[in-house]
Amino acid sequence: MSLAFDEYGRPFIIVREQQAKERLKGIEAHKAHILAAKTISNIMKSSLGPKGMDKMMVSQDGEVTVTNDGATILENMQVDNQIAKLMVQLSKSQDDEIGDGTTGVVVLAGSLLEQAEGLIEKGIHPCRIYEGYEVACKIAIEHLGSISDSITFSKDDLEPLVKTAMTCLGSKIVNRFHRQMSEIAVKAVVSVADMERKDVNFENIKLEGKEGGKLEDTQLIKGIIIDKGISHPQMPKTIKDAKICLLTCPFEPPKPKTKNSIEITKAEDLKKLGDIEQQYFIDMVQKVKATGANLVLCQWGFDDEANHLLLQNGLPAVRWVGGLDLEKIAMATGGRIVARFEDVSADKLGKAGLVREIGFGTTQDRYLSIEDCPNTNAVTIFVRGGNKMIVEEAKRSIHDALCVTRNLIRDNRIIYGGGSAEISCGLKIASKADEIPTIEQYAVRAFADALDAIPLALAENSGLEPIEALSGVKALQIKENNPHLGIDCNYKNTNDMKAQFVFDTLPGKTQQFLLANQVVKMILKIDDIIKQSGSPDDE
Amino acid sequence: MSSQLAPIPILNQNASEERGEIARLSSFVGAIAITDLVKTTLGPKGMDKILISASNPNELIITNDGATILTKIYIDNPAAKILVDISRTQDDEVGDGTTSVCVLAGELLREGERLVAQKVHPQTIISGWRMALEAARGALTTSTNDNSSDKDKFRQDLINIAKTTLSSKILHTEKEHFANMVVDAVLRLKGSTNLDNIHIIKKSGGSLRDSYLDEGFILEKKIGVGCPKRLENPKILIANTAMDTDKIKIFGGKVVVDSMTELSKIEEAEKEKMLLKCKKIVDHGINCFINRQLIYNLPEQYFADNGVMSIEHADFDGIERLSLVTGAEIVSTFDHPELVKIGTCKLIEEVMIGEDKVIRFSGVPSGEACTIVLRGATSHILEEAERSIHDALCVLAVTVGETRTVLGAGCSEMIMSKAVDELAAITPGKKAMAIESFAKALRQIPTIIANNAGYDSSELVSQLKAAHYQGDIKAGLNMRDGCIGNVEELGIVESFKVKQQVLISAHEAAEMIMRVDDILRAAPRRREPMRH
Repeated sequence: MSLAFDEYGRPFIIVREQQAKERLKGIEAHKAHILAAKTISNIMKSSLGPKGMDKMMVSQDGEVTVTNDGATILENMQVDNQIAKLMVQLSKSQDDEIGDGTTGVVVLAGSLLEQAEGLIEKGIHPCRIYEGYEVACKIAIEHLGSISDSITFSKDDLEPLVKTAMTCLGSKIVNRFHRQMSEIAVKAVVSVADMERKDVNFENIKLEGKEGGKLEDTQLIKGIIIDKGISHPQMPKTIKDAKICLLTCPFEPPKPKTKNSIEITKAEDLKKLGDIEQQYFIDMVQKVKATGANLVLCQWGFDDEANHLLLQNGLPAVRWVGGLDLEKIAMATGGRIVARFEDVSADKLGKAGLVREIGFGTTQDRYLSIEDCPNTNAVTIFVRGGNKMIVEEAKRSIHDALCVTRNLIRDNRIIYGGGSAEISCGLKIASKADEIPTIEQYAVRAFADALDAIPLALAENSGLEPIEALSGVKALQIKENNPHLGIDCNYKNTNDMKAQFVFDTLPGKTQQFLLANQVVKMILKIDDIIKQSGSPDDE
Repeated sequence: MSSQLAPIPILNQNASEERGEIARLSSFVGAIAITDLVKTTLGPKGMDKILISASNPNELIITNDGATILTKIYIDNPAAKILVDISRTQDDEVGDGTTSVCVLAGELLREGERLVAQKVHPQTIISGWRMALEAARGALTTSTNDNSSDKDKFRQDLINIAKTTLSSKILHTEKEHFANMVVDAVLRLKGSTNLDNIHIIKKSGGSLRDSYLDEGFILEKKIGVGCPKRLENPKILIANTAMDTDKIKIFGGKVVVDSMTELSKIEEAEKEKMLLKCKKIVDHGINCFINRQLIYNLPEQYFADNGVMSIEHADFDGIERLSLVTGAEIVSTFDHPELVKIGTCKLIEEVMIGEDKVIRFSGVPSGEACTIVLRGATSHILEEAERSIHDALCVLAVTVGETRTVLGAGCSEMIMSKAVDELAAITPGKKAMAIESFAKALRQIPTIIANNAGYDSSELVSQLKAAHYQGDIKAGLNMRDGCIGNVEELGIVESFKVKQQVLISAHEAAEMIMRVDDILRAAPRRREPMRH
């Protein structure tokens, strides 16, 4: 309808330049959107569950990433389509909010849209569809609350947490050692968690990776590791009972912010200036030394002269420490970061039981490890692995496990995994659907069908007969009235997820439903896209 | 409506996606191609490769070292890139076995490809491989031998390991000579694994046989003009300081003069300052001054006048090593001579290697350091020799840390494959196929070694297999005579840590590639055309 006619029959242009624009509207637009979203969710489907496969991504510069993490896949996918971009956003917000279930949310949204497509073809208006979805989603979330279970754990009994983290890591490449990895993740979270406030500050957990060795060499270090070495080859490499001076000012004469110039006109001035300069260095080192510090971490560099003066005064130093690292070290050691040499004093020094330089293999790479900090809250997870890609993937997986553990500490309610929650919600919604007198009934029923996508994908990825497995479990759930039955992905000969210890967090699952529903609603509401094609930089 | 048929672009225009079977196929093909490329270099009769640089066609490298080959070639296939990365990591971590790790991963994938073609699910293959890996590791660990308590035997072990490593390289004709050399060098480190203390100098001319281990430290620099050329029990000061003029570091400092006389005065003052610095240096009571940076004529003159030997422009590595061996500290300020540690050694002298003059510091107090002087006909030979020596040194350093050893020549692979086969026999289900394939991949290593040597690999490997099943767990390939022999008697020993790392890294990489069912390739970043 971009062209109208006025009362004299003359054309009246509403949208200019017809040829330069692409326009899709009505049912066509809906179908195009749904197709785009489905394509994305189909890509993700095979990554779902403990037997999910990985994706290999080649970046713009030819770097290879191998991952199973939904958010990472989508982020690197270079999606061009607008609707597909919405799906990417969806996965990202799940990642930011919960940190896990990023694949599931996309698969669910894709499946909801697929069902909507069928309804649109039946002639149901998209508005009615998403209203029905809203109703269904509400039922599902209420039902999730009723089938949830709460777990109890304490600092001494971390078993339930470890079990949940194991579910999260089950789909990743690290699952060969997932017991060990989950324990590392849980211990890391517990050691930084504030159990009173039920909060976890992730800034206190540092993930550092170095290729080489093997995955099982991954360890949790109570302290901080930075990838810097001691500045002078002859400074001591191990410092016990370190008193650390944290500096954000360089070891050089001050640089006034205002522009200045010192003009040297006489030979004596040159000499004087030279002496002043020397004095600066000596003063700086003396000030630090006077506080009783025995290690200097500096965010900036310092030149050979300062370096040597530090050595002569028995002050090992590290230069070019990253700002974030410095903050973490300050937190861990209880020190204060000092910006001017005048402010250096003994009470601002950080303390650590042991600081040492470590090297690996045959390379020159040196790491500095700061251990035994007074504030045990800061920990580092040091990941090793046979190649760069595996180290990166392990880091991502551990991050997910950390998120899950944090969520459990915030909210100790869990629901059972393996698709059991989706099946149970599906059954509940289907039974409620018949009570709805309006057209929405169809949409609600479609929502129930859409939920089947998750257990179906799980079963398919696990090499089971998907429909057979799903209908079997469904019947069993109704027969035994047990919402804990799911797909047996690990061939353990039981469908009871409670017995298999496959847990998900309740907020994670709820968030998945809500987010997927929201995005679907948004996509269904669009009925027209006007695309400016042939923009000048597109050639 | 036409829009119904119009394709809906989802991904970026130049981005591409490969899915399912096609993705897997492309991974397998890439990985196997890389494996085939390097596998001919494996074993004592492996062949070398010539690598020609793309930017400079005159620059060529002749090598047998897997990591060097793989890091130098340009690869586009992502799976192949993973193999290159494991090879590089292997090089960084243990220094040797770079070819084996790539070959083993490739052979595992070759077997995996066969299984996938038979419709075995990749996850089933992976779980089978994991079980197989455990079995193989167990078998490898039990087959180890530890001679660290017996000094002579351990030394013999080390020499054998060095010989095994060197036998596939260009140095194999002189392997006895070189093996003794590297073992001596590593044993001088007295348990430390810091290879910085071993300096390798390449001088073309002479033959490989003329290479030797110098017990002192050799610096490839010249002694300043007019300085003494030989010093006994010198006092050495090692510095890192500018010896031209000291720049003014105070911000905004600038020289402004209004007359020529002032200028010359300032020049004079600068000179004076420099001489004062020189005086301070001499006042340390030294007779040898080594600086990382250049020493200009004026200070050089001053030093010569005061009987101090000056050596300029020793680079970072040079001064760090020197400070390590002489015990001196690296100095940049000279106001506190009483605090500075002065280094010493028995003798500094200028010696000739080939046609070049070098400075030799002998009788250094910390006896750990030494220098390997390599001689050879061309620079290519020297470079390859250096790489081989580096490999051998790395392996030995690793072995000093982890003293267990295993038998080479395909023997430990056979032990592992036998254990894995036994596991396959008692495992029910499809996993057994995957486990069997793991054993087969392990047996590929002796097969390739035999093939490369030009022997009938099927015959030899089956004989070897039979020997192992008959209980001869020390049987391996004798590539000199082309038969089966007792590896212990042949003296082919390898480091346990290297072998284990090969096994684990190869499996990790193969599993990683196996798990992939989708390859998403981003559009290459558009590069601005280079302007010359």
